[in-house]
Amino acid sequence: MNAIIFSAIMGVVMMFSGIALKQKRAITTTAIIALLLLLAANLSNTYSIFSINIDSHGLLHFNKFGLFFNSILIVATLIFVLLSGHDIEKVGDNVADYYALIFFVLCGTSILTSFNGLLMLFLGIEIMSIPLYILTGSEKRNLKSNEASLKYFLMGSFSTGIMLMGIALIYGATGSFSISTSVVTPVSAGAPVPSFLAIAGMVLLFASMCFKVSAAPFHFWTPDVYDGSPSVFTSFMATIVKVAGFFAFLNLFDANANILGPSWKMLLGFVILSTLLVGNITAVFQQSIKRMMAYSSIAQAGFMLFALYSRNDLAKEGILLYAVAYCLSTIGFFAVLIKVKDYTFDGFNGLAKTQPVLAFTATIFLMSLAGIPLTAGFFAKYYMLASVVKAGGSLWIVLAAVLFAAVSVYYYFKVIQSMYFKEGAPETAEITTQFKVGLILVSAAVILVGVLPSIVLNWLYF
Amino acid sequence: MIALLLILTPLLAGLLAFFLKQGNAAKNLALVSSVAILALTLVAVYAPGNNVYDTAWLTDLGSRFTLKMDGMGKMLCLLTAISFPLVFAATYKNAYKNPAAFFGLMLLTQSGLMGVFLATDALLFYFFWELALIPVYFLCSIWGGEKRIAVTFKFFVYTFIGSVLMLAGILYVYFHTADHSFAMESFYKVNLSTHQQLYIFWLFFIAFAIKMPIFPFHTWQPDAYEQTNTATTIIMSAVMVKMGLFAIVRWLLPIFPEASAQFANIIIIFCVIGMLYASFIAVRQDDFKRLIAYSSIAHIGLMCAAMFTHNRTALDGVMVQLFNHGINVIGLWVIADLIEQQLGTRKLSELGGLAQKAPAMAILLVLMALANVALPLTNSFIGEFLMFNGLFQYNMYMAAVAGISIILAAVYTLNMVQKIIYGEVNAVTTNAVDLSMNLKLVLVMITVVILVLGVFPQPLIELTKDSAASLFLKK
Repeated sequence: MNAIIFSAIMGVVMMFSGIALKQKRAITTTAIIALLLLLAANLSNTYSIFSINIDSHGLLHFNKFGLFFNSILIVATLIFVLLSGHDIEKVGDNVADYYALIFFVLCGTSILTSFNGLLMLFLGIEIMSIPLYILTGSEKRNLKSNEASLKYFLMGSFSTGIMLMGIALIYGATGSFSISTSVVTPVSAGAPVPSFLAIAGMVLLFASMCFKVSAAPFHFWTPDVYDGSPSVFTSFMATIVKVAGFFAFLNLFDANANILGPSWKMLLGFVILSTLLVGNITAVFQQSIKRMMAYSSIAQAGFMLFALYSRNDLAKEGILLYAVAYCLSTIGFFAVLIKVKDYTFDGFNGLAKTQPVLAFTATIFLMSLAGIPLTAGFFAKYYMLASVVKAGGSLWIVLAAVLFAAVSVYYYFKVIQSMYFKEGAPETAEITTQFKVGLILVSAAVILVGVLPSIVLNWLYF
Repeated sequence: MIALLLILTPLLAGLLAFFLKQGNAAKNLALVSSVAILALTLVAVYAPGNNVYDTAWLTDLGSRFTLKMDGMGKMLCLLTAISFPLVFAATYKNAYKNPAAFFGLMLLTQSGLMGVFLATDALLFYFFWELALIPVYFLCSIWGGEKRIAVTFKFFVYTFIGSVLMLAGILYVYFHTADHSFAMESFYKVNLSTHQQLYIFWLFFIAFAIKMPIFPFHTWQPDAYEQTNTATTIIMSAVMVKMGLFAIVRWLLPIFPEASAQFANIIIIFCVIGMLYASFIAVRQDDFKRLIAYSSIAHIGLMCAAMFTHNRTALDGVMVQLFNHGINVIGLWVIADLIEQQLGTRKLSELGGLAQKAPAMAILLVLMALANVALPLTNSFIGEFLMFNGLFQYNMYMAAVAGISIILAAVYTLNMVQKIIYGEVNAVTTNAVDLSMNLKLVLVMITVVILVLGVFPQPLIELTKDSAASLFLKK
């Protein structure tokens, strides 16, 4: 429970830091220190050194997997702030508020990595989403940012409504909010047949979770919102928030998918295939790299959904690895993207000449997103595919996935083409040496995980 | 240990090359290290016993870092090791923008290729398979003709699709091995039903067919060869296409014996169609480089067909030819590059009379051409003879149809020689000068190999005998 409490406190602290500290740099530094403290608090909980325990009556459940996942999210946020903190300062005047909101989002994700009851799921999702609506619209004078914020808010509250409806139906069917016991309770005597109410509730929950992780056909908000919000916050939304959503999704359906019977695989198979299709094919036709990354994040979601499809040990390890690989690569690539003035493909022409370090590290991040061997992204995809093959019987969906992975190479490598093979003089913001060193370290981490994925996975067992 | 060095030396030299400020230093580093690798390879090939290197890597996944040199692997490592110094020497005078990156990428390619031929762990093999592709993608896209970017992209996406399909196949086989291991031995022992084999076979085969390439997956090749810089083209056509053929013998035939017997007929038919198709196009071709590209498709088609005849003689022939085709094609590309650099054209119709202007080149070109036609006493003769022998035993009619391509090979090759070196000296060729010292050295070395192996092919056959034999022992 450390992370939940500390992140909320840190959020409040950050809010007041705006009054105490006049320098924007100092606020960022405070945020970095606060994140380190938060990480320490979460780790001490993981290894039972110091942990606050409040009886939640079974609504929260802390296990190593969830706590470890939460650590990954905190580290990812730390890397995000370290790389792009300077750009957060540029978004507007209320820097302290932005950091406070980021910490409130982290409070939501901490709940999502430990919920054991549907009520807590709902609270986690809401605590995570509401600060995001504000962050999306934080560029007050930008019309696109406002539009994105409004769109996100309307669609988000709609999907939250659907989720509440689902929770209500399940509660009606089983009389309990707990996810681990109640839903699968046999309703009639003899063969365990789940009631209609429970099935309908699960389907509604499924739809609203699909919305949160932007899986097709519930993805329509994603491109506009990701494109409209300030790029730094797109990076945050596309990685930490999305991955937390996936963890909740997996946690929720890991034990309860059986309630939907055999049609579950069909339903999920349809969602996975349409997510891969929409994400990959639409990304190919984008002119703006930022928008391309929005569709790419939909496509990556399609791959992460495989963890739900197979639901075995490989899937659990895989979603962890995917979270690491995807967060590192996307945060890294967005950090580069933000520095370039023009977000179109032509805007990247000749970046390798003017900014070789940026171009080189961006290439590694893109290769990782595409799943080229020796980068973290390869093993992420590998684990997902392997878990499906291990679950047996559905080779066709694996084949579809690998073919879409080949399509994704097309749009990721188009950026590499622009940077390396085309002539141009892209305008970039000022690049500090610290930033370059940070990028090199992150790309080194991407390669390290790509060569030895066990360094991430071993944490899970020791 | 020496097997590991074969991969590490080019890798480290390549990484070092990136950081060299002076272009000439990178060039010399590449040349020196590639010669050193050649020396290492010779030691590895002729040292007694199998060179095995084995260490734990992805233990959780059931994959180990295992390198092993069998006969075929030795031979292809040798081909790789010979090709690179020859290429560096032959293109020594070519100027590249950003030479440090160029030579760095070349050496990384070599590292990947060595890995492909040495790895005996399926996942490791896949890693090297991709690792050999990525530097080539950059090499082709940065240095080459005007349309290089689009053409290379086509090549890259094509091969990548093949690779990911193969990855799915590897995963499937892996989960059916008894001990859940990626080791080659476990893969060979895997128990797949005929029904399963029939599906999974294609996942592997398409990857290899695109790489070779055989009809109808060949469309990337002529464009890519034409647009790319010569050094990379040579590596691609001399060594990289061998990856596909090698992989069929190493991974496809032993794992899917029933499927490969079942599909042998249809694959051989496609190969033969491809041979004829490529030969006919080559006959009508006016561009020197494209002619070599199509001729290469025809030769590879024959090798692939011979592999699927399941005939020991044919397989011995393929092994020999893997090496010899590599050597011959280097010679042809070097001359094509020379002509283009000197005269600024590759059109055969614009050339003529080079025998008077460049007699040494003319003589060497004739020898290379004869080797390309597989005339007796040149190195290709023995390989093609054995392959046709096997194909004939498999199916007389197909062998007869494939035989037409040999006649066509004589037609287009001799036609090319005729147009280039005979006839009148014209405005284009009047400025031609004879071979420079480094090119003379390279081409004479190639010619010596052609003639020596033409008269005395036994060492090559001895070297690869065990690989061919082991394939037949398993059944």
